[in-house]
Amino acid sequence: MKLHEYQAKAVLREAGLPIPAGVPLLSKDDLPDVLKKLPPGPWVVKAQVHTGGRGKAGGILRAQTPKEIESSANALFGKKLVTHQTGPEGILVNKLYIEQAQSVKKELYLACVMDRSRNGPVLVASSEGGMDVEELAQTKPNALHYMAVDPGKGLPPEEACELAQKMGLTGDELAGMAVVMSNVAKVFLEKDASLLEINPLGLTTNGKYVVMDAKMSLDDNALFRHPEAQSFRDPSEENPLDVRAQAAGVNYIALYGTIGCLVNGAGLAMATMDLIKFHGGEPANFLDVGGGANAKQVTEAFKIILSDAKVKGILVNIFGGIMKCDVIAEGIVAAAKDIGMKLPLVVRLEGTNVELGRKILQDSGLKLTAAKDLTEAAEKIVAATR
Amino acid sequence: MSILVNKDTRLIVQGITGSAGSFHARGCRDYGTQVVGGVTPGKGGSFVDKIPVFNTVKEAQSATGANATMIFVPAAFAAAATLEAADAGIPLIVTITEGIPVLDMARVKSKLASSGWQGRLIGPNGPGLITPGECKIGIMPGYIHKTGHIGVISRSGTLTYEAVWQLTQRGIGQSTVIGIGGDPINGSSFIDLLALFEKDPQTEAVLLIGEIGGRQEDEAADFFKKNMTKPMAAFIAGQTAPPGRRMGHAGAIIEGTSGTASEKMKILERAGIRVAKSPESLGETVSTLLQKKPVR
Repeated sequence: MKLHEYQAKAVLREAGLPIPAGVPLLSKDDLPDVLKKLPPGPWVVKAQVHTGGRGKAGGILRAQTPKEIESSANALFGKKLVTHQTGPEGILVNKLYIEQAQSVKKELYLACVMDRSRNGPVLVASSEGGMDVEELAQTKPNALHYMAVDPGKGLPPEEACELAQKMGLTGDELAGMAVVMSNVAKVFLEKDASLLEINPLGLTTNGKYVVMDAKMSLDDNALFRHPEAQSFRDPSEENPLDVRAQAAGVNYIALYGTIGCLVNGAGLAMATMDLIKFHGGEPANFLDVGGGANAKQVTEAFKIILSDAKVKGILVNIFGGIMKCDVIAEGIVAAAKDIGMKLPLVVRLEGTNVELGRKILQDSGLKLTAAKDLTEAAEKIVAATR
Repeated sequence: MSILVNKDTRLIVQGITGSAGSFHARGCRDYGTQVVGGVTPGKGGSFVDKIPVFNTVKEAQSATGANATMIFVPAAFAAAATLEAADAGIPLIVTITEGIPVLDMARVKSKLASSGWQGRLIGPNGPGLITPGECKIGIMPGYIHKTGHIGVISRSGTLTYEAVWQLTQRGIGQSTVIGIGGDPINGSSFIDLLALFEKDPQTEAVLLIGEIGGRQEDEAADFFKKNMTKPMAAFIAGQTAPPGRRMGHAGAIIEGTSGTASEKMKILERAGIRVAKSPESLGETVSTLLQKKPVR
């Protein structure tokens, strides 16, 4: 689950990290109220959207007076931000965060992220923050420093100091940084985060650190032990089809092609998209119905696929393991009848109870094309949607 | 021979009284696996289909002489169940459970490493493993497999079934088939298992099924180049997957460009591994690999 900057900063403030004073502005109507609660200026007015690259896209404006806050807010509310992470469709701004502007002598980079190859979290630090850090990783990889974080114990002071030292810090600046690092690691572990990125981490002229921007994501699998995190959910940031898919327990990602896919298992679902492309078609979506899908889920999955107007045909590819083919066949028949399916439908079934499943499809009277293997399935659906 | 499991493997099932646990305990037993017991705290003394249930792994182990466990415990408790099995000295732990918090797995890995446990953890969030005709520990359909000489390792579940099915239909059997699981942190990596396949006299070649994300396939390519004499084929799922809707940059820094399918395929090919371009040609790719070898 992704958090907005203002939510992440509230979490970090509670953990004792140095956060500038700020007020969230969650709707335009709250502006008069928020103007009364402002910390001393000048300010920055920041779009709250689940993407990086806001600054470059014009999502962060400076304001010297309350009047300027008002005009910035009016300019940002309802604006579509297009960043390198949003794709061309952009992302709509409907929440803002107004924060005291910081003047710093240096901008640093600090993140904690789950690293598969280290089997645990790792801190990433650089004295060259603020800029595009992915570019930094390409051009000056030596400017990035790493320290594995023990998932049980966190980051002890001596390791934090070692990492701060690698950044070229000394004296009080080093000691202050070590405290920030240990705290970042602690919050990451306590909140079951998958990402906590502070960029930039400012260093003020009097040697204090300040968290200027923060990005945080939580591990969805661990939300059961963080009931408080439910309040961070922002449905307006989520694609309505994603929300619907989530509610149905299926994993769906919309793409740009014309061939809808309904598959069990993420690996097979990706492979099915690859297959379609290999045969000259374009997949309209990734959809994994999961291991134990029932007829109702399959129906809902069909409806989700069909709500995309670009879809000209559907390929169902099921390899039954836990999921029995007769169950999925019944789901397909029920869904097709329920929806009044008119588009070409190619079904490839294999695995547990496959004979039963094929018979159910055959006897259903539905107009569908059965395929015996992947090649046939791909050829038939690509031909049918030409 | 084969790796990790065979007809002598004695299996217990943690979470055997749950619906998935009991269903798959039966499935494994029906396939021929020796399912000697189950564990559910508080249900000790009862039976699931004549399989005795114990309160703890230690009790189950000492009563049955089990040397493997299959875990179906719910995600919130699966990490603790995994550690309990290791603590009881079970040398093979297969955790099927999906949805385990990543940090729980990170803690399990770090505790197992410091505990001196010498065993092997497979999973979580995978189908398990099978030595065809001898022992099935997991949720895969047994009948698609055939005894033979190809080792299969995969990060996927159903895509592994697809691969195995293509092999079996061409008359190519498998020595052992292992799904290492789709989670960011696995008990066993590709290279852990490649080392075992390389040593196994029954295995003549290996098929590796990877996915986008992470660096495991790159590590496998490197391991293949340095340590393996047996030929290898591979497939990477996700060639057409759009770049992840990733927030922030830290993930990209850690993984670089190595996470994409095309980059992984290039790395594997460069190492001398035969890479299938399309999922329909998994079986064919392995068979061309075998044809290259002199006829015996």
